[in-house]
Amino acid sequence: MKNGEVVKLIDVYKTYHTGDVDVHAVRGVSLEIQRGEFVALMGASGSGKSTLMNIVGCLDRPTSGRYVLDDADVSALDRDQLADIRNHKLGFVFQSFNLLPRTSARENVELPLLYGAHRLTNAQLREKADAVLASVGLAGREDHHPSQLSGGQQQRVAIARALVNDPEVVLADEPTGNLDSRTSVEIMGIFQQLNERDITIIMVTHEQDIAAYARRNVVMRDGRILKDFNVTQRFDATAELGKIAPIDSEL
Amino acid sequence: MKVGSTLNIALRALRRNKMRSVLTALGIIIGVAAVIAMVGIGNGAKAQVEAQIASLGQNVILIFSGSTTSSGIRTGWGGAGTLKIEDAEAIRREVPGVAAVSEEVVSTTQVAAGNQNWFTRIYGESADYLDIRQWPLSDGAPFTAQDVRSANKVCIIGRTTASQIYGNDDPVGQILRIKNVPFTVTGILTPKGLSTQGVDQDDVVIMPFTSAMKRVVGGTTLRNINVQIGDGRQIAAAQQQIISLLRQRHNIRAGRDDDFTVRNQQEIADAATATTAVMTVLLGSIAGVSLVVGGIGIMNIMLVSVTERTREIGTRMAMGAHGSDILMQFLIEAVTLSSVGGVIGIVFGIGASQILSSYAHWPTLISLSSIIVAFMFSAAVGIFFGFYPARKAAALDPIEALRYE
Repeated sequence: MKNGEVVKLIDVYKTYHTGDVDVHAVRGVSLEIQRGEFVALMGASGSGKSTLMNIVGCLDRPTSGRYVLDDADVSALDRDQLADIRNHKLGFVFQSFNLLPRTSARENVELPLLYGAHRLTNAQLREKADAVLASVGLAGREDHHPSQLSGGQQQRVAIARALVNDPEVVLADEPTGNLDSRTSVEIMGIFQQLNERDITIIMVTHEQDIAAYARRNVVMRDGRILKDFNVTQRFDATAELGKIAPIDSEL
Repeated sequence: MKVGSTLNIALRALRRNKMRSVLTALGIIIGVAAVIAMVGIGNGAKAQVEAQIASLGQNVILIFSGSTTSSGIRTGWGGAGTLKIEDAEAIRREVPGVAAVSEEVVSTTQVAAGNQNWFTRIYGESADYLDIRQWPLSDGAPFTAQDVRSANKVCIIGRTTASQIYGNDDPVGQILRIKNVPFTVTGILTPKGLSTQGVDQDDVVIMPFTSAMKRVVGGTTLRNINVQIGDGRQIAAAQQQIISLLRQRHNIRAGRDDDFTVRNQQEIADAATATTAVMTVLLGSIAGVSLVVGGIGIMNIMLVSVTERTREIGTRMAMGAHGSDILMQFLIEAVTLSSVGGVIGIVFGIGASQILSSYAHWPTLISLSSIIVAFMFSAAVGIFFGFYPARKAAALDPIEALRYE
């Protein structure tokens, strides 16, 4: 396991030109995230957290400043090079899951492998996908389509998809935004388990009590980092679930 | 790049929308089937005409008397009696490469035997005529060169004439009265069927041209001369020599028009097949329009599909798909639809033309080349109409695409 920072942003700016107005979405952010961290990126809408997430996710390039991911400067790479970086080093979890409809959980998880540099046989694809699905507790549901799965199960499929290429960083954009509170805690539980296995997680959320499952919170406002602190009273998903479960059983 | 994976991805995407895929391919299926069937009908008609032209004989040059302007009156082929027996003999003697010559006179008249009579065409020919036309007898014997020299009262008759006069009796050796002259029937021709003009070629009596001129038609001039050339490559040269020989014999000065008309079989065939060729092109292009409409159907569905799947495209890009992967995926989807549709369409098209052949009795001819062209064209339709939607998909910005509702 390598040590040191996996994500390093140095004085990053992002400016959008919409008509005559320049929108300064990110104004000089410097941020270092170490391997094995679990960071919640917070802020109100318009705070620049989504733009910053897009840059960290190599979906967008900074207008100025440098972004070093896994010891490689990625701030000046072109579209296809960024796509390869996303494939090899990053895993994405979205608010609305973004699973392919009418496609089995297994085939959804296989998706990043199909765009990888290595050609795998169908048997190898299947083996990898099934292993990752089992690790998020979905063994036996490999052939289910998204419409046959609950929201929490769908998000687990999405997490399995993000993990299948052994990424350096898992990026989650409001992963609990479409889930009820109990399922949200379950998903946080999975993130905490992954984090125990030294997987780096960066999660965008605007919910204080979801951010409390992370180890570190970064709060943005007006394109700048407002606060950056380690979570002192960290929630433990297993314990929280224990508190919710009795209420469920009463219903 | 990962062509195998992209193919896999595209096929999975098509399988996800089975109904839509089938309906989209249906446009191409109908288009290709129409092209195959229409071109099959056109080619069948063309082949039929060509077979009939070939029955005129191989490497044949036809010389008609007439088309003269010497008196300012154009009389048309065979109209003015300008061809003489001596002309035919001169051609036989002086033009190199000539294999056979048949002097021809034609008349229509009433023929009779017993208590039956029939109005038919009388052809006066030389003994080489049946060889030139490659027209064998089904029974009896042909008249000979000796019969021609002596103007003997012998004839051979076509199947239609035979059945009209003699019914089921064997005509060979029987007497046929033509203008009250008794001719002996020596043979009966194999049936040839209708000509390209719809004339029954079996409704005919063929006799030595000398007998015809002396006893039936009268006159001293020939309607036309049939010349067969031994080697097909010498036809053009022989045609030129015939023209200059006849101009010389007819004392036609330079600058004046010929008083005869020379046509070779290829020219006649070209004229006759031109009509069917036009028909083939016409039918094929109408069917081709439906193929293009099928292609537009593919483009329409692919465009809808790109819009509908914007978020999927964004997800794929986030997972590491290059623009070229997305382009290839949508292009392969389009080409798969069009070429699978093409293959099914070929099968349907062949089936449709078989049905037309057997129920409507239209001759159809499916050539391998038309199948290959139809398949290539349908694949090309997929590429052409699939490219624009595919490029649109590939050019999407991943952030915008992920945010698309």
